[in-house]
Amino acid sequence: MHLVKRRKSKEAEIKRINKELANIRSKFKGDKALDGYSKKKYVCKLLFIFLLGHDIDFGHMEAVNLLSSNRYTEKQIGYLFISVLVNSNSELIRLINNAIKNDLASRNPTFMGLALHCIANVGSREMAEAFAGEIPKILVAGDTMDSVKQSAALCLLRLYRTSPDLVPMGDWTSRVVHLLNDQHLGVVTAATSLITTLAQKNPEEFKTSVSLAVSRLSRIVTSASTDLQDYTYYFVPAPWLSVKLLRLLQCYPPPEDPAVRGRLTECLETILNKAQEPPKSKKVQHSNAKNAVLFEAISLIIHHDSEPNLLVRACNQLGQFLQHRETNLRYLALESMCTLASSEFSHEAVKTHIETVINALKTERDVSVRQRAVDLLYAMCDRSNAQQIVAEMLNYLETADYSIREEIVLKVAILAEKYAVDYTWYVDTILNLIRIAGDYVSEEVWYRVIQIVINRDDVQGYAAKTVFEALQAPACHENLVKVGGYILGEFGNLIAGDPRSSPLIQFNLLHSKFHLCSVPTRALLLSTYIKFVNLFPEIKTTIQDVLRSDSQLKNADVELQQRAVEYLRLSTIASTDILATVLEEMPPFPERESSILAKLKKKKGPGTVTDLEEIKKERSSDMNGSAEPASVNASAVSTPSPSADLLGLGAAPLTNSAPPPASSGSLLVDVFSDSASAVAPLAPGSDDNFARFVCKNNGVLFENQLLQIGLKSEFRQNLGRMFIFYGNKTSTQFLNFTPTVICSDDLQSSLNLQTKPVDPTVDGGAQVQQVVNIECVSDFMEAPILNIQFRYGGTFQNLSVKLPITLNKFFQPTEMSSQDFFQRWKQLSNPKQEVQNIFKAKHPMDAEITKAKIIGFGSALLEEVDPNPANFVGAGIIHTKTTQIGCLLRLEPNLQAQMYRLTLRTSKEAVSQRLCELLSEQF
Amino acid sequence: MIKFFLMVNKQGQTRLSRYYEHVEIHKRTMLEAEVIKNCLSRSKDQCSFIEYKDFKLVYRQYAALFVVVGINETENEMAVYELIHNFVEVLDKYFSRVSELDIMFNLDRVHIILDEMVLNGCIVETNRNRILAPLFVLDKVAEN
Repeated sequence: MHLVKRRKSKEAEIKRINKELANIRSKFKGDKALDGYSKKKYVCKLLFIFLLGHDIDFGHMEAVNLLSSNRYTEKQIGYLFISVLVNSNSELIRLINNAIKNDLASRNPTFMGLALHCIANVGSREMAEAFAGEIPKILVAGDTMDSVKQSAALCLLRLYRTSPDLVPMGDWTSRVVHLLNDQHLGVVTAATSLITTLAQKNPEEFKTSVSLAVSRLSRIVTSASTDLQDYTYYFVPAPWLSVKLLRLLQCYPPPEDPAVRGRLTECLETILNKAQEPPKSKKVQHSNAKNAVLFEAISLIIHHDSEPNLLVRACNQLGQFLQHRETNLRYLALESMCTLASSEFSHEAVKTHIETVINALKTERDVSVRQRAVDLLYAMCDRSNAQQIVAEMLNYLETADYSIREEIVLKVAILAEKYAVDYTWYVDTILNLIRIAGDYVSEEVWYRVIQIVINRDDVQGYAAKTVFEALQAPACHENLVKVGGYILGEFGNLIAGDPRSSPLIQFNLLHSKFHLCSVPTRALLLSTYIKFVNLFPEIKTTIQDVLRSDSQLKNADVELQQRAVEYLRLSTIASTDILATVLEEMPPFPERESSILAKLKKKKGPGTVTDLEEIKKERSSDMNGSAEPASVNASAVSTPSPSADLLGLGAAPLTNSAPPPASSGSLLVDVFSDSASAVAPLAPGSDDNFARFVCKNNGVLFENQLLQIGLKSEFRQNLGRMFIFYGNKTSTQFLNFTPTVICSDDLQSSLNLQTKPVDPTVDGGAQVQQVVNIECVSDFMEAPILNIQFRYGGTFQNLSVKLPITLNKFFQPTEMSSQDFFQRWKQLSNPKQEVQNIFKAKHPMDAEITKAKIIGFGSALLEEVDPNPANFVGAGIIHTKTTQIGCLLRLEPNLQAQMYRLTLRTSKEAVSQRLCELLSEQF
Repeated sequence: MIKFFLMVNKQGQTRLSRYYEHVEIHKRTMLEAEVIKNCLSRSKDQCSFIEYKDFKLVYRQYAALFVVVGINETENEMAVYELIHNFVEVLDKYFSRVSELDIMFNLDRVHIILDEMVLNGCIVETNRNRILAPLFVLDKVAEN
């Protein structure tokens, strides 16, 4: 094996290896039977070649043959080859299994150990099938050697990970838990890994491990460093085992038994105390091992989040580390402190370190440490320090590493919005963001600033003035032009009184940027110009001249050309009144979750963003913001259909239906309109639309060439109110317009609906609104039908759609701990109370979208309740006038099979049934 | 869980690799190259933990040799950092002043040591004498 020497160049290496491989191959294929030593030699060589990154496609058989050798050295190398080179779906598994079976039965602990190592490292399904029954027995048998027990524990863990269904819990489970008491620390180390994984999946079965782990931990931390002999590492008693025990305890809430709890608190205090004692050794290994345990103890303290005293001590300890000379410690301290900041007990204590953290941001030489500092600042931010933190982040942004700029931009944007008391500050901050890091400001950020400015009239004048000033800079970022163009188009009139920002100056300023911008921005600017025509009739001719110029009217880009043509035409033929209606100020946007937050979550993955409470707060409003981020789009720019883009109606439906601008062409549309039918079956596609409203409250319910029906609704407890908007998309009047809400007899007894009649004529391009007051008397299955009849241009129109008033709208979310959840889950164990549905995913399986849908569905989304983080768990109460019905739900995605399993447990069978039906349609 | 355990020298040559999750061979070479590039580009005053894709790298440098361990969020960084040192000390004890050549030419032994310490991605034994016990048995058999 020593023949494979260092190689000088890549080419030489490949040449040498190919030669060697050919040599070994011929040896294996040769007539002469190889003796054990040569086989071992060649297998070892193959291993080395594999390590260098060359695939090995032979030698497997030889390795398998070595397994059945009786010589330890040969057997050992055979197993080594198998566990390194063979992957779990190899065809050789059956042969390997045979050898393993023999070795397990051999009662020779060395052979058993090798066989178990092999299962633990390869762990295929076939292996699980063959050995899942055997291994628990080996693990808990009284006469098994310690080293074999260790291997058996991890072997079982492997099989449990690959094929949990083949490893049934049984009477061995309680005996496994007692391995925590084993006198041999190696066995305890192995068992703790196994128990931790099992406990995550089956918390109830392994509950007893808590008290055993606590007492074991307590014996370790209070022991003198010499007690544990070889498990002491640089005077630290069993550091790795301590870490594992502390991890195991993080699978559970604080112990209920006061004695156990007291003992655990004592342990944690001891660990914290030890950090303050003078070190027993100057070696860095000593302090590292000690700190490993300390950090894990702090994680547990944070996880329990129940002992204010410990939390504050943990915070102070981390505070010390923030100024430690070891970079590793500073990094870890920042990371832990980030989770500590979200605890109400220690939030204030964390805030006292703000100066140190800001300093870290400025002086750390390692980008990952700086990034932790940014995360921590974000986590510790609240109303009291938002201005300082945002200012520091903005400062840092100027020199920040490119790789983290976008994230900082998102964070600044979120903090500025969340903690803005004074919205002028918010506007300044975002404009600064664009100025400093314009390239990293994503669309979500500038859409959001526009949404906020439009929704808050107290800041509009200031925003107009500020963007106007910002645009004066000789070179400004395109994103600024977009924001500037949009805001001046809406609110330029607010500053037009000042001669320094007269209409013409505003227009010239924007137009001076026009030619430097990309097509979408130019398109947006054209919309701004037509809005100026309405706001400032005095510069109408100037704008018309610009629109009329060849570079616009004959622009090679279709979108720009169309806008120029349509806007020019509109400004020429429409009366002032029509212009004023068409180009009216944007109506306020419905409140919804910030799309920026959604983006940050997407970027960082769930769990790392601490703003879940924010989602909960906003859940009553439209949640589709995170599910379909594009629809939050406030601007006209990205809407592909040119006839709908004038006011960005694609984004804010229903609020202001305008006739298509090219009115001469719009009549053609009528030819294709639905012909009237005497009866009104449900309109095609109505079921799809209906399903979309299960998890959201606002949006377009129905649309054809004539009519658009939009909804906006809100629900509180057992009451609700729905606004239905009927938009006449044509330029002709609708006559005898009669919408009726129809409830079947069954439904009438459980749902009270009151509607007011609407005006029977709907003018062309106009919109009428109808209010439906809703009261839920008892739970119900069906949905009411909305029937609409009217005359349009001599033909009778009759259509029906299902109105999305569903049982889940009367949900109130309920937060509860993991413990409470499972307790209630158990209480609802009557088979009639549970309804389960297993179904194929209809949409891509994205965890964030799923979360948003569950929240939109109305239940609370309970994080960290299900031991499997891939599962979703929710809880809530359905309010009806007569009763309240508690509901628990659990959704288990299976990515491989693209399937979901949805389980609902409520106190009422029909409710479980209905909710399950409704929610199953959503994924 | 530990995802992989690597020893790579400054020239980027892998001297030991152990994966606890199946990774295709061509992806291994790519991963190893990227990992070592990441480690080499760092200076002494940077921290020993690198966020890399969806896991973390913990690394330590011994002369021209890097030991790099890939872990997910269920491991304690500092504990893994010291595990590396423990591993190197065990090697040192067995080979008495271990060198890169020792590792190259006794790959099977190094594997045995690692397998005694880490099994299926979990730390299983940290006691030096017990880690080396099977090797001493093996050496005795070989002598006879």
